[in-house]
Amino acid sequence: MADYKYDILVCGGTGCRATESELLVSNLKAELKTLQLDSEVQVVSTGCFGFCEKGPIVKIMPDNTFYTQVNASDAAEIVSEHIVKGRKVNRLLYLDPVENKNVADSKNMDFYKKQLRVALRNCGFINPENIEESIARDGYSALGTILQSITPEGVIDILKKSGLRGRGGGGFPTGIKWEMARKNNADQKYVVCNADEGDPGAFMDRSILEGDPHSVLEAMAICGYCIGATKGLIYIRAEYPLAIKRLKVAIGQAREYGLLGKNILDFGFDFDVELRYGAGAFVCGEETSLIHSMEGKRGEPTVKPPFPAESGFMNKPTIVNNVETYANIPVIINKGADWFASIGTEKSKGTKVFALAGKINNVGLIEVPMGTTLREVIFEIGGGIKNGKKFKAVQTGGPSGGCLTEKHLDIPIDFDNLIAAGSMMGSGGMIVMDEDDCMVSMAKFFLEFTVEESCGKCAPCRIGNKRLFEILTKITDGKGVKQDLTDLRNLCNVIKDTSLCGLGQTSPNPILSTMENFWHEYVDHIENHKCEAAHCRALMKYEIDEENCIGCTACARACPVAAITGSKKMPHIINQAICIKCGACMEKCKFNAVILK
Amino acid sequence: MADNITIKLKKEDNEFIEKVCASFNYSKTELINVLHQVQEHFGYLPAEVQEKIASELKMSVAKVFGVVTFYSFFTMLPKGEFPISICTGTACYVRGAEKVLDEFRKQLNIEVGQTTPDGKFSLGCLRCVGACGLAPVVMVGEKTFGRVSADKVEEILAEFR
Ligand SMILES: Cc1cc2nc3c(=O)[nH]c(=O)nc-3n(C[C@H](O)[C@H](O)[C@H](O)COP(=O)(O)O)c2cc1C
Ligand code: SF4
Ligand code: FES
Repeated sequence: MADYKYDILVCGGTGCRATESELLVSNLKAELKTLQLDSEVQVVSTGCFGFCEKGPIVKIMPDNTFYTQVNASDAAEIVSEHIVKGRKVNRLLYLDPVENKNVADSKNMDFYKKQLRVALRNCGFINPENIEESIARDGYSALGTILQSITPEGVIDILKKSGLRGRGGGGFPTGIKWEMARKNNADQKYVVCNADEGDPGAFMDRSILEGDPHSVLEAMAICGYCIGATKGLIYIRAEYPLAIKRLKVAIGQAREYGLLGKNILDFGFDFDVELRYGAGAFVCGEETSLIHSMEGKRGEPTVKPPFPAESGFMNKPTIVNNVETYANIPVIINKGADWFASIGTEKSKGTKVFALAGKINNVGLIEVPMGTTLREVIFEIGGGIKNGKKFKAVQTGGPSGGCLTEKHLDIPIDFDNLIAAGSMMGSGGMIVMDEDDCMVSMAKFFLEFTVEESCGKCAPCRIGNKRLFEILTKITDGKGVKQDLTDLRNLCNVIKDTSLCGLGQTSPNPILSTMENFWHEYVDHIENHKCEAAHCRALMKYEIDEENCIGCTACARACPVAAITGSKKMPHIINQAICIKCGACMEKCKFNAVILK
Repeated sequence: MADNITIKLKKEDNEFIEKVCASFNYSKTELINVLHQVQEHFGYLPAEVQEKIASELKMSVAKVFGVVTFYSFFTMLPKGEFPISICTGTACYVRGAEKVLDEFRKQLNIEVGQTTPDGKFSLGCLRCVGACGLAPVVMVGEKTFGRVSADKVEEILAEFR
């Protein structure tokens, strides 16, 4: 990248593309061309910068200027001011919400200060569709090093020493898994990358594949070398068209450069990668179902053992690792196991990428060392709760995880601490909730998801989750009874203990953790018919505010059950016994006189 | 409700399916890839198409049907000219996707999974398109709309009407 005077990096991730970052790129290019600056300034469409909240993002190198919420129409000003005159466009700089000052250099932004980018090291720096930019940032150098001078056992040793644990949710030590697959003899073995990313609200794996596909390909080749496999498969969701496109480009370029295919780098090692598409089934993220799905079947899990490392794809030893796990591997080899092991907590080494979303100021993709506290993530990096509301809970681990509260904010995040607190790391989704979120409804939301996604193979999960969902619906509809709480808890425990795969074994977690931390909300819904967050409609009352009501009778005419009475020009009244809470009156009232309590 | 649509495959339709199956060497393990390509071509996978695929790959229709119905990406009903998908992932949910969905339901007067009588819009949900920063997110065809609120729904629909 050094030959250009300036590099204009524009985020080309899915989030920013939705706000027309592609048009911005072409506008910038056109503008530079008109001024005949296109040989001095390069416009690069990169992967995600992480700061999705304020996208589209533009970063100008070498001075590291960080522009936010850039519109396609801002291209001319950026070129004429910043590039030509060397003056920063102040109105596009990030405004620090606390100090109310513009911050030009992203290094000084609270969002980036506490982050450490290992797996995301190249996202937002390189053009993912150009292998040379990846190579310039050490891409494929780890593969070269090991082919030249490290034995497969040596590499596995490095991984074991580094303490790397799987980032797909289970946290299984990667080195040990590879060793198992290496020891199992077979004529063919497979290396699989799990890019199914089923957790709704998580987008780490997608961003890595979109921003830095070569690191994943390189790590898969390294895995092939270690376990003795020549075939790699990436199982990716069909809902990720951009990631698929970039992977295809990357695979093509890697083959062209002799980094995939036969006789890689002339070391006599063969390895190639193919894509397999998911088709919208959460359970296919589970490794045994993923394998069945790749074999063209229904994605139903099977009992482990045998583990995939013993008998996986086509009944051959297979390694299944998560995208982020792979993305860490080349750096570990380049920088050494000790370096990696120096980051993080005692039992969880390295960093973790989180997709921060929900009621938080800085929605985006972040990477922090293990051991960072939830408070640091939510209040420093995340910039606190939106609209000055009060923090209520943070949900980690997606549909398998739980809700953590105020009292958990200071625990250092790692695999074991989150489990001890009643949640789990999961793949890295982190959804922040404020005082307006009802925890019973939240649990219901996840259960609705599980019911839809249960593969149906085993009864506890297929039938049990449905019953859980029904009980929760009853409670949020204001029809719950005390016995429901006992039933919920019992059923949760049975489902956890008797389900076949991880989906059923963890599906009750959102209920158990909200019952544990927000017991009073469940009780409130049942005994007092009250939803503290004012979320559950059935528990709320439509009332007419006498001050605002002018007696126009519009509401009374709109009410389908004639629950509203009152004479013309006099405040009306809603008869609660008749009201069906359809909200028709509220919609019709032009004077904001109908209120929901 | 899914099986009441019957279509007659034309010669070129049959040929297309034959070509796709041949390109995957008639391998049963490629069934999902075959289905992806065929659905991309027809827009959906009606019974007749599944039968044809089954006979090409020499497997039972039940097996093909079992796979088609397992995965939510595959559909046996045609979508509208502009398929609307509302993201109901967690991030969008906490930022009010439910209300947006209700508004679409009301304005189009159809339920999730249905198509308007004029064939213009169909309504669906999906889980996280990965633009959580823009939650709530709605997709109409290939176009993504971010930070959608109930009162923006009319505006979005107007764009395609
Ligand atoms: C219901 C369920 C869904 C899962 N979804 C994913 C997923 O989307 N992505 C992923 O990498 N792992 C997922 N996993 C974990 C995988 O089964 C497997 O443990 C993981 O891919 C192993 O890779 P790792 O060791 O690198 O984490 C899921 C597990 C279960 C039980
Ligand atoms: S626990 Fe649920 S998802 Fe897993 S095998 Fe049983 S039914 Fe299928
Ligand atoms: S949850 Fe809607 S885009 Fe991620």
